[in-house]
Parts: sequence; C-alpha cells; structure tokens
Amino acid sequence: MIHQYKLNGYNIVLDVYSASVHVTDDVAYDAIALLDAGRTREEARSEIARKYLGVQLNDTDGNPGETVTQEDIDDTFRDIDELIQDEKLFTEDVFQDKALDLKKRGTVVKALCLLVAHTCNLNCSYCFASQGKFDNKTGLMSFETGKRALDFLVENSGFRKNLEVDFFGGEPLVNFDVCKQLVAYARSIEKEKNKNFRFTLTTNGVNLTDEVIEWANKECYNVVLSLDGRKEVNDRFRVDKAGNGSYDKIVPNFQKLVKSRGGRGYYMRGTFTHYNTDFTKDIFHMADDLGFDELSMEPVVADPSSPSALTKEDLPVIFEQYEILAKDMIRRERAGHPITFYHYMINLEHGPCIYKRISGCGSGTEYMAVTAQGDLYPCHQFVGDETYKMGDIWNGVTNTELRDEFKLCNVYARHDCDNCWARLYCSGGCAANAYHATGDIHGTYEYGCEIFRKRIECALMIKAAEAEDAAQRQAAAQG
Amino acid sequence: MKHIMTLNTRDMAASAKDGGCGECQTSCQSACKTSCGIANQNCEKNN
Repeated sequence: MIHQYKLNGYNIVLDVYSASVHVTDDVAYDAIALLDAGRTREEARSEIARKYLGVQLNDTDGNPGETVTQEDIDDTFRDIDELIQDEKLFTEDVFQDKALDLKKRGTVVKALCLLVAHTCNLNCSYCFASQGKFDNKTGLMSFETGKRALDFLVENSGFRKNLEVDFFGGEPLVNFDVCKQLVAYARSIEKEKNKNFRFTLTTNGVNLTDEVIEWANKECYNVVLSLDGRKEVNDRFRVDKAGNGSYDKIVPNFQKLVKSRGGRGYYMRGTFTHYNTDFTKDIFHMADDLGFDELSMEPVVADPSSPSALTKEDLPVIFEQYEILAKDMIRRERAGHPITFYHYMINLEHGPCIYKRISGCGSGTEYMAVTAQGDLYPCHQFVGDETYKMGDIWNGVTNTELRDEFKLCNVYARHDCDNCWARLYCSGGCAANAYHATGDIHGTYEYGCEIFRKRIECALMIKAAEAEDAAQRQAAAQG
Repeated sequence: MKHIMTLNTRDMAASAKDGGCGECQTSCQSACKTSCGIANQNCEKNN
C-alpha cells in the first residue's frame, strides 16, 4: 500500500508495509502514482515523458530548478525499480500472521494507571473522568491498596524489567502522601525483583509545592502538566470549585518544576476544544511566553452534544493549525530553538517494531487502570463502566474473556482500518475512543482518525525537511 | 538531478524477527491519555 501527499513543498511517498518514507521530485511522485494506479512501465513512462520532458521543475522552496531530460526519466524509473527490489516500495502486507502470534503470547502486565484520587481540586467541565469521580466512585487510594497494586504488577510482569506506573486521578496530588509512600515501596523492592519502575505524575499543578517538585524531579520518569495555553483559554474550563481560573496559580508552579527538572522528561499537556480551534496560539504561548519546550495538545474527548465538542466544520481549521505548527517547528529547528510536540515525535529509525505497531497501547492486557478501591479496568477511560470491570488487584483478572477480547483487539481486528495507510502508526486507534464512538472496541473513531492521519502527515513532512537540511549541510561541507 | 531521497527507517520485516520484547513504553503512559499513537515510541533495544 502506498500513500502519497504534498505538503509544504515536499512530495512524500510512504510505503505502508515497509514503513519506508521517500521524498521525491514531481517526476518520481507522478511515476509512482501511475504505477500504483496499475499502469504498465511503458504506459507510465510515456505519460511521464508527455507531461515532463523539457519542463523546468521547481525546488521545494518553489524556486525554478532543473529541466527534465530523457535521462532524468530513465533514472527515475531505475530508482523506482531499485526501491522495489530493496523492498522499500510497493511492498505487500506480510504481517497479518503476526497478529495471530499475538494471540498466542502469554499475557504479562507492565503498566498500571493508578487512580490514587477519585477527586479533584479543580472542576473542569470537560473532564472525561467527571472531575475524578468516574461516574460516582469517589475516594482516595490507601497505601495498602496501592502497595497491593504494585505487588500485582510485579507478580504479573513476567520477565519484563521496565514497569510503568502513572499517578492519575482525579488529581493525584490530593493524595500525595500515598504517591510518595508507593514510590518508596517500589524502590525498596525493585532491585530484589529485578524491575525498573518508571513513574509518571499527571497533575493539574494546583498542589505543586516545593516538596512535591523535589520529589517529582527525583522520582518521576515523566511528568504530565495540564495547561490549556493562553490564560483565557485555560481559565474557560480549568477552574476551581468556586469558578476561579487556575492559570495564575499553576503556571508559576509548572515553571518552577520544569526549571529544576534538569532535562528529565515532561510534557505540558493541553486540551483544545471547539472554543479554541486556533490552538497553535496556545502552543506558541506556552513556548514563547512561558518558556516550555515539551508540548502536547489533545483534541477534547466530549459527547458530540456538548458545546465544547469539536465539529465536522472545525476539521479544516484543525488541519490548517497542524500545518502551521509543523512549519513553525521547522523554522524553530533551523533557528536553533526547537520545541517538541508530542504527536510530531516520530522515531523512524529506532521506533516501534512491527509487533508494537500491530498491537498498540496494550489496554486490557499489558496496561490496566486500578481504581482507588483496587478494581481493574482495561484503561483509565473505561473506569466506572461496570461492563468493563476486569477483576481486582487481590484476585487478579477474573474476566479473562474480556482480557482476551482486548488481546485480539489489534489493527487487523478492525476492518475499518483495512485500507488505511496510517494503520501501522496508530495500531487501529484507541479502544476507548472506538467504544465511546461506536459502542464497540473494534470500531473506529473516525473523527480522531482524520486528526491522527493529518498529524502523521505533518510529522513525516518535518522528517523530510530535516533530511533535506542534513543533505544540504553535508553537500556544503563537501564543498 | 536526484529524484528520490529515501529517509532512514527501521526495517519492518527485520523487526518481525528481532522485535516483540515488550520493554518499550506503553503509549498511553506518556502524555496524551486520549488516543493511541505508537509511532513516537522508542525501541528499548539497540536496533
């Protein structure tokens, strides 16, 4: 399967099953398209000659370039044939059987989302967790429950060394003492158990005291800091119980944490809604006005009837915003002041293997959410839906039928994805989004898919720009 | 005139043989919590 698109002056060809990415001139771009459409070599060659022979092409900046000769056309088809021979173009799907291998794999648990506080000190109306109450289950996780959750994780992790635990809620810092005790407990057993715990803290920033900051920077592999961007945007939803905006309180806390983080991982994580489809302004505000450089901005997860929900009419605007962001990130990189955007981080050389690309996030199998009461759910987004209760941390996964359903819920189980070029970048998408959109974890959340595909196109375009810049630097160095 | 520049990418077919250790990060643990993006995950092996 081939996906071709033009963006920011780059002609990009993605060979889906080899995951090869090619940046081409117009001649090669059209030649590949003709072959993909089923033309023979001779038909394609004739059409290309008719269209391009003697024509002056533009470079990626739109400046006049070289004139196409017959030799260029011959070279182009030779290059295409070499790529086919090297299995980097027009490759077939040979991975379907790997999905069956996944079925046979033993199930180990390697990541838990601990809902240490089913309550929150903010009252954000768009919160998918209903301010942490997750459909009426309130309460704080006790140390004993959390400790048992960590033991459950170790006991069920097999030979996996890296274990991930996310302190989530609600607002986890409402129950900071337990978070602290749980980390201390994990550190006390990890050597003996031959495990490496990686903790993540997801916080709204209200309770980020100096003590918390010191702890988070010492113990947490990653911190996710919730901020929606501009003050007026953040304070539209992210308000306290009295309705006061949180921006003025949380921003200095976040800045203090990041400043003292010493380069360890963090994300400023915002949510955009129908009210701020111009969300690049929020990203740039966080980068330029507040000094953050690790950024993430997510489309709101909301019932379509909610006024904050994104609409079909918003999509072209959102696409344009992603392009603006991608182009600006190239500019920043070239200026020596790069920023990171979570969805544009794409590791082409040392990224996920085919098993990861097929199986996805591991919800319900490798990854589960634990409520304050110790119940297990496939992930944080299923918490509160009794149909999806999998068991508890004392008795383990008792609903094995549900676990098996999730185990098989991979990209090949979603037939909506059969002809999608992005299928090995999202693994078929989020099961929770699919469930909420279609009532079936094997469905697809098409609105999210459209956004996802646009982001991958932008991310690959940034890679194309980086490769072009590197090639130009190399050429300049060689004189 | 260079017609095609191929970016360096991981060999997917080879990864079917040497991949699958499962040590990489669970995607939802990193930042978004609301979608499934695996492309930005790093492989924990030196491939």
